[in-house]
This record gives sequence, structure tokens and C-alpha cells, in this order.
Amino acid sequence: MRNDQCTGEERDNIIVVKNLHKHFGEVKALNGVNLTVERCKVVTIIGPSGSGKSTLLRCINYLETPTYGEVWIDGELLTRTQKQLNAVRTEIGMVFQLFNLFPHLTVLENVTLAQRIVRKRPLEEARSTAMEQLQRVGIPEKAGAFPAQLSGGQQQRVAIARALAMNPKIMLFDEPTSALDPEMIKEVLDVMLDLAKEGMTMVVVTHEMGFARAAADEIIFMDDGLIVEQTTPYDLFNNPQQERTKLFLSQILHK
Amino acid sequence: MADKVPLPQTGDPALSLTLEGISLKPEKDQLGKRLSEFPWWFVAIILIAVGTAYIIVSNTNYREAFIFITAGLSITIITSLIAYVFALMLGLLTGLGRISRNVVLNNLATLYVELIRGIPMLVLIFFIALVGVPVVVDSINAIGRWFEQAGIPLVGTLLTSVNNQAVSMNVRAIVALSVTYGAFLAEIFRAGIQSIGRGQMEAARSLGMSYGQAMRCIILPQAIRNVLPALGNDFVAMVKDSSLVSLLAVRDISQVARLYAGRSFRFREAYITLSVMYLTMTVSLSLLVRVLERRLRHDR
Ligand SMILES: Nc1ncnc2c1ncn2[C@@H]1O[C@H](COP(=O)(O)OP(=O)(O)O)[C@@H](O)[C@H]1O
Ligand SMILES: [Mg+2]
Repeated sequence: MRNDQCTGEERDNIIVVKNLHKHFGEVKALNGVNLTVERCKVVTIIGPSGSGKSTLLRCINYLETPTYGEVWIDGELLTRTQKQLNAVRTEIGMVFQLFNLFPHLTVLENVTLAQRIVRKRPLEEARSTAMEQLQRVGIPEKAGAFPAQLSGGQQQRVAIARALAMNPKIMLFDEPTSALDPEMIKEVLDVMLDLAKEGMTMVVVTHEMGFARAAADEIIFMDDGLIVEQTTPYDLFNNPQQERTKLFLSQILHK
Repeated sequence: MADKVPLPQTGDPALSLTLEGISLKPEKDQLGKRLSEFPWWFVAIILIAVGTAYIIVSNTNYREAFIFITAGLSITIITSLIAYVFALMLGLLTGLGRISRNVVLNNLATLYVELIRGIPMLVLIFFIALVGVPVVVDSINAIGRWFEQAGIPLVGTLLTSVNNQAVSMNVRAIVALSVTYGAFLAEIFRAGIQSIGRGQMEAARSLGMSYGQAMRCIILPQAIRNVLPALGNDFVAMVKDSSLVSLLAVRDISQVARLYAGRSFRFREAYITLSVMYLTMTVSLSLLVRVLERRLRHDR
């Protein structure tokens, strides 16, 4: 079941980031990032801690307001207008390292709430969409449970279902498996792999090289708030061009 | 997980004994521990209440004092309840202002909280009732006259018809208590909202919710749940502080007790009865708050 928009030959750039800078006081988290992501492509971002990966991801949906630079989503330049941002964010799902499920709501309510109050879907439609997505991530039987009753892997799958239920055009993942116990990583990665196969546009910060090899069209290495290298996973792993990339790869691959 | 916040501290763990019944284990040190943890203070309070109740029933002077003072009970309760409801609304709005990034709202909210916290409550009660309310009423009248001159007599007459004599001391007392406690409750709400991890707001916003929607559906339900015990404790405090309105000649239990004592010179009867009445109310409310705390902890 490929996304219809992925069938044609011509694919536009659904995300365009131009000369993006983000400063937190003295700290310069991003120092002029340029990035384009084609529709239906999967891009993974790797890089040392503090290199600005999360900040870049959070600037793409303006959870952080860039200090300087432009972000274009599906042909639209983002501004600080709340109304525009709310509408754009509806089209961009985000999955966090620590899941960030709403602990006071059941799994089903977690997945229906935004559909109801943002997409304004009627209850029945929101419920059936939610159940569809819970089915897809493999835990429809937990619909009535509270997040605290679920394992980490299950919580992260609910978080993915919650984002997907909004029918986003883009999914952003910020280290979705790094807070998980090793035995739960696979169940989350499998969901993400399926999603990639279906043609979802994805930007994924992760150090799971298996995922990058299997699903990524492109891989980006970031350091010091800059994109150091951007190429196919095969080339990055087998033929890195930059010294910093080689150093980083040797560190994470020999762990 | 990062977003779990510790619940506000529960008080005396030994209280569980009185709530769940005593099940003493045969072991000796266990017994000693239980005995030292047993809430003797609570038994003492019950004894005081029961003893006073007995005296009130058996002694005509005390009974007379009790009946006289009871006449003020409804004023005390109604004043506290209404003022608390208004303080909750004012506190929630101010708490939201305190965390707002809007410079004007934020400074207004902070100014209000700091003003209230910097003035003794006794002075505040006098100030709000005798200065604040009249100034507001005068301003409303002035606006009404402006409307009349502007040729909108309907609104004008409505606004000029309020006058200071018509605003009774009971109403002023409620305003004074609400405004005072609004500032205290604002700090509770603010702390509650800030106790919710940043990730909750981010997750909500990333789904396209507006700030208001995220606040209403995600942050506040969790925040309020966390601060329910603190809000309850402040209601108990307000019941006690409602005695200050007696200084505005509002006929609450403190005021009628003073009247009774002044008239009959039976100071002991008046003030013992009055104290026990406050104690009965505050201790039973505190117990309710503790039960609520346990409920919230178990629900987690
Ligand atoms: N909200 C913030 N306030 C201050 N500094 C921040 C904030 N978020 C990130 N930073 C800083 O920006 C830099 C990049 O952070 P981040 O994007 O989280 O890196 P990564 O995700 O690659 O580990 C770090 O030095 C970090 O300390
Ligand atoms: Mg990060």
C-alpha cells in the first residue's frame, strides 16, 4: 500500500531548510543548516550528542523558533503566526525520545483527542481511525489502558499511532528507541520500517544503523550544528569522506 | 519517566491507622512502633470535641453560648465557600498569567501576587473592603455618567445605580477574601502547571493543538490533580481566615461570639465554644484532604 503521491516520477521537496541558525543564549545549536527532503523519502540523522540533531528536528515544525533562516513545508514558508503553525503541525507527526504520552488519558483517548479538537472529526470517525492505527502498531487490545500500564515499547508504538492518526504528510522521529530496553527496540523499529515502505516522508534521528541501512534513502552526519556529510547509507558507512565522520562511525560501530 | 512528578507530600503516615482500622501485629517491636506512630494528637482532638459537646449539652451557660454562636455559622460557611470559588477562578487566571510569555499579562499577574503577599491579611481585609470596593464602585459610576452623557442612558443608568451603601459588608468581605486568596491560589496553580514536564506541552503542540487547547486538555487536568491537596489545605486556611471578616462587623461565628462575650461577660463559654467550632470544621476538612491525597496516590 504505497502512498499515492509516491507513484509519479517527479517528486517535489516537501521539506526545505535554508541557512538555519538557532542560538540558545551563548550556545549555538545550529550554525547554518541547509537541507531538502523529497516527498516519500526517508532521511536519517546521526551525530554526536549536542550536535544539534534534536534542535534541527524541532525547528522543522517550529517547536523551536529559529534564530535565523527559513523552513518551507510543502511549499509554504513558516512564519511565527500561531494559526499557520498549528495548521502545519497538524501535517507533521512527531515522535519523542520519552514518548510523551498523556498520562491522564487512556491509550484510545491519547490517539483520538487531537483528531477531535484539531481535525474536528466526529467521535465515531476519530475512534475508528484510532483503532486502525493501534491495529497497525500492533496493540489494539491496549486501547482502554493507561500509558503507565504499558511497557516502553508499547508506549512508543502508541505515540506513533497518535501521530499517524492525524494523517500527517511527514513524520519526525527524535531518537525513538534510545530510551527503550534492548528487547523492545525491534518492535518499534519494525513499525517504522513498515511506515517507510508505505512511502511516508520521514526524518529520523537515530543511531540504529540497521534501520538506516534498511530504510534510509539518505543519511546525514551532523556535528557542531552543521551538516558535515549527506549521502546514501551505503556510501556513508563504506566510504565516508570527512575525518569527523570516520571518527564518529568508528566510535559508534565499535561499541 | 521524565514526566512523572512526585505528588505533594502526604502528611502523617500514622494517620492510616485511624482511617483503615488498627491491626496490631503480635511482634513486640512492631507494637512499640505502632504505639509511637499512633496519632495521639488526633485522639486528643476528638476527646476535646466530645468533651465540649458534653459540656454544651449538660451546662446551660455553654448551651446558651453555643446556640447564640451557631447563628453565625451559615455566614461563616457561605462566606468561605463563595469567596473560595471566586478565589479559585481568580487564582487560575493569575496563575496562567504568571507563566504567560505575554509581558503585560505576566507583569500584571506578578504585581497582584506580590502586592497581596506583601501586606498583612488584616490590613488587606480593611483595605479591600473600605478602600478598594468604594474606589471600584465610584469608577463604575463615573463610567455610567460618561455613558449617559454619550447618549446611551440604558447602560448609563445601570452603571450609576450601583452605590457604595448598597454594597453590603458581607459582599465586601467576600470580595476581600477572594482577592486575598486569589493570589495564594495563583501560586499553587503556577507551581502545579510548572510541575508538568515540558514534553507534555510539546507533544500537544506537535499534534497541532493551540496553546489554549493544550493547556485546557493536557496540562491543567494533570496540574490540578497534582495540586488538589494543596488547594484543599488552602480552603481550610480560608475557613480560619474568614474570622477576620468579623472586623467588618459581618456576623460570622467570630463576630457573634464577640458580641455574646461582650454582652454576657462569659468569655470562657464564648471562646471555648468558638474555638471548638473552628476546630471541628478544620480538622474534619483536613481529614477529607488527606483521604483525597491517598486516593490520588492509589490511582497512579
Ligand atoms: N532549550 C535549550 N536551552 C538551551 N540550550 C539548549 C536547548 N536545547 C538544546 N540546547 C543546546 O543546544 C545544543 C544542541 O542540542 P541538541 O539539538 O539537543 O543536540 P542533540 O540532539 O544532537 O544531542 C546543545 O549544546 C544543547 O545543550
Ligand atoms: Mg537529541
